[in-house]
Amino acid sequence: MSVPQQPVGSPLDDALAASPAAGPRRPDEGRTARREQLRVLVRSKTFIAGAVIVGFWVLCAGFGELLAPQDPLAPDPLNDLAAPSADHWFGTDRLGRDVFSRVIVGARDIIVVAPLATLLGTVVGTALGLVTGYFRGAVDDVLSRIIDAFLALPVLILGLLAITALGPSRGTVILVIGAVFAPIIARTVRAAVLTERGMDYVAAARLRNERTPYVLFGEILPNVMGPVTVEFTVRLGYAIFYVATLSFLGFGIQPPAPDWGLQVFEHYGLISGGFWWAAFFPALAIATLVIGVNLLADGVTQAFER
Amino acid sequence: MARRVALGLVTLLILSVIVFLIAQVLPGDVGRRILGPFADQRAVDALNEQLGTNRSLVAQYWDWITGFLTGDLGDSLAFRRPVSEVLGPALVRSAKLAVLAFFIVVPLGILGGVVAARGEGRMRDRLVSVGGLSATAVPEFVWAVTLILIFSLTLGLLPSTAQFPDGSGPLTQIEYLLLPALCLVFVLFGYIARMARAGTIEALDADYTRTAVLKGLPDRVVLRKHVLRNALLPTIAVVATQTGYLFGGLVAIEVIFNYQGIGQAMFRAVSQKDFPMLQSTVLVIGLIYLVATLVADILYSVLNPRVRLGSAE
Repeated sequence: MSVPQQPVGSPLDDALAASPAAGPRRPDEGRTARREQLRVLVRSKTFIAGAVIVGFWVLCAGFGELLAPQDPLAPDPLNDLAAPSADHWFGTDRLGRDVFSRVIVGARDIIVVAPLATLLGTVVGTALGLVTGYFRGAVDDVLSRIIDAFLALPVLILGLLAITALGPSRGTVILVIGAVFAPIIARTVRAAVLTERGMDYVAAARLRNERTPYVLFGEILPNVMGPVTVEFTVRLGYAIFYVATLSFLGFGIQPPAPDWGLQVFEHYGLISGGFWWAAFFPALAIATLVIGVNLLADGVTQAFER
Repeated sequence: MARRVALGLVTLLILSVIVFLIAQVLPGDVGRRILGPFADQRAVDALNEQLGTNRSLVAQYWDWITGFLTGDLGDSLAFRRPVSEVLGPALVRSAKLAVLAFFIVVPLGILGGVVAARGEGRMRDRLVSVGGLSATAVPEFVWAVTLILIFSLTLGLLPSTAQFPDGSGPLTQIEYLLLPALCLVFVLFGYIARMARAGTIEALDADYTRTAVLKGLPDRVVLRKHVLRNALLPTIAVVATQTGYLFGGLVAIEVIFNYQGIGQAMFRAVSQKDFPMLQSTVLVIGLIYLVATLVADILYSVLNPRVRLGSAE
């Protein structure tokens, strides 16, 4: 939970520092460290709680139609905005569709879109961070300036700007969120690479005349996977936040998909009229998913940073 | 300091190019984008001629940026008025909302952080840390739905819209703005508490705190004079960074509470593909954010004796 005060080093640094002769690494050290991290993970209560919540929603995303008691898309005009009851646990929406079924099936969009966006941002950001951190000099200066300029805008505003230009769709949301995450992740990875590039194993690889791409992706990348993993899980929480918000504003996933943000958007105006359920239950679903992912991320951060 | 200002200006220049490229180049034919795929080509050409979007990109950028520097932000397509006329009052309204939120969240966040730090690793620490993190992670519009349900529908205490009647006094305005401000409070609390917690823990560990305790000062005095003073410095930086986030958060909140601030203006510009409005609004937001960060930097060095007196850490 603590805020890292300095660039996060590779978890292997610790293993290296602890070994009696801080010389060449034994081949099994990486595996031992990884096993240790896994043990910390499954012991962490927050991680388990997060895994249960996220697991539930992943299940809904995968098998929503089988779990939902009714057709999430079938309107029932005679039975619109019915209060929660035994027939409709979460009530019905303004078209008479079953809110409970829509919440269950609605997990799919966000559970697919958010991780894809995060993955895109992590891959591009890691590559950018490796290049800027390794080469320093002019490449680093120029790229860092551009990254700073990007970071001067709130993610959501940049997202809105790009979506206006490209038109709303699932693909645009993935692209836009991936593109805004990339510089943020690049900054973290760059800091980790700066500490790694001075290590002996990098010098050795260079002396062996290895090609630069190999040094970057074959030697340095495996050693910065710790911070990269942490960044991925933390960003995943934000991705859900932004995907939900963009859908809520009507610029993400389009109707009649039973997406959660979209459901809130279509029904929030009815809350003050007393019809609270059609907006509240999807909102609650977003809250649980986002908290679940953050608990996961908290567990991962603690396991990798000790 | 001059170096920082210069770097800020360079960042702003790059930002303006990025914004311009996204708003003008990505959509391709601006006229086509506004009128839709079925519009007559002649109408599209005429609109492009009228908007000046058929000229070279360099000329368009130059016009926009020189206009921006002289205070001419262009004309809004949707409002059919100069952008500055829409943006000015909207900024004032949003500022009211933001100031109210910060007035609540800064003391609350610092209190939470200090309480968590003093019980490091114990139950209340986990409660503030995990609770704050969770509150921060939940989108503003989810908080808005929840708060309207509780305070407006169930308890009937507060209005579910933020648009206070014209000419209402400060107290009425606060009453209307309280729920939207609380949404921002929930999202911001975690960040500020986390920074205050980290700062306090560091200060509690420091030698000057041990000296203060060992020379027999009461706990209260040590906390106020030695710990808090040092712990709160990083918090200033966080408040400044969050001004940037704030503008993103305002969009959803102002839409749901129907408040005519800068967030709502952004939302309408996006919905109506009002590119001049959008591009100038975004640059204004970037400008405000960079100025806020700069002010925080200066404030930090003025308040921090180590930086002020020039002895490098």
